[in-house]
Amino acid sequence: MRRARARLALAAAALAAGVVLAQERGIPPGELKSGSAFLGSDLRALQNDDFANPGMLWVERGEKLWREPAGKKNLACAGCHKDSSMRGVAARYPRIDAASAKLLNLEGRINRCRTERMGAEPLRYESDDLLALTAYLARQSLGLPVATSIDGAARAHFETGRASYHRRRGQMNLSCGQCHDANWGKRLLSETISQGHPNAYPAYRLDWQTIGSLQRRIRACLSGIRAEMLPYGSQEYLDLELFLAWRAQGLPIETPGVRR
Amino acid sequence: MGARIQIPREARRGDVIEIRILIQHPMETGYRHDDVGHLIKRNVINVLYCRYNGVEVFRADLSSGISANPYVQFYTVAEASGEFEFTWIDDEGEQGLERQSIVVKG
Repeated sequence: MRRARARLALAAAALAAGVVLAQERGIPPGELKSGSAFLGSDLRALQNDDFANPGMLWVERGEKLWREPAGKKNLACAGCHKDSSMRGVAARYPRIDAASAKLLNLEGRINRCRTERMGAEPLRYESDDLLALTAYLARQSLGLPVATSIDGAARAHFETGRASYHRRRGQMNLSCGQCHDANWGKRLLSETISQGHPNAYPAYRLDWQTIGSLQRRIRACLSGIRAEMLPYGSQEYLDLELFLAWRAQGLPIETPGVRR
Repeated sequence: MGARIQIPREARRGDVIEIRILIQHPMETGYRHDDVGHLIKRNVINVLYCRYNGVEVFRADLSSGISANPYVQFYTVAEASGEFEFTWIDDEGEQGLERQSIVVKG
């Protein structure tokens, strides 16, 4: 009897945990929609066209850079990493770097490899070279579901990211969730509000006339709600990236996306 | 200046073939200002040529209204095996050149 009651209590706890987890997600998994679902058919076609997608110019450049030796040790990325081993990697970022126990996004990972293993200078955020390498890496996970881990050391970053996502900020006093959880699918002037997923980044935005990182996109949102923009690579953006990736779990990687 | 070109590798004589080219270029309009208010000088690709075995089969005059990284698509008739040669030039005089070959059967 007592054992049965304990089992019942355990089941109830598990159920409660499940409910809490479900509540954590502003959008139920069945309703997840990639940003491309909010595009017109012409832009969706452009994104899916391997040739005409302008982001592919950076993917091609990234492939070249991948094989080009750099730094004091004259090492190329391809010297250590076999290309096939990179499939699925981007889908797991941002993640905790085992050596430093720090949270790294794909850009951070590339630069850490450059400084620590290749003896090369880190690439500047939003430089064409860093965008190209990031896009090339992410492209290899095309179609794979976003699968970031928030276990262990990542948990604290995840919680900070979530708090950051839900914090009201700027002159308009808006949180990310007020648009992207509560009002997605509705119109904001000529735009349809997306769910704010990161699965297509780095993405080519027509507004920018070039490819840009997820952090650039986040900054564009912050500027839109007249909030303070933080410097590229800041910890708050990293944590937010982790939360966004968790929120988008299961959506396929689309890099390089094409966005308005 | 990088570019991507797509041409069928093989075609039959008389086939209408699709040619696509995507050129990486900022296509600076000349109407924008930088962060300190100075006008950014216009720099657009102003002409794009395509020669097929030395004969010009396509030419486009581009200008300020064209987006960055212009994409051009056109059709021509496959006549003989050989080479497509694309050249373009921007306002700063920088020139781009890409070549791709085709095998025409029949």
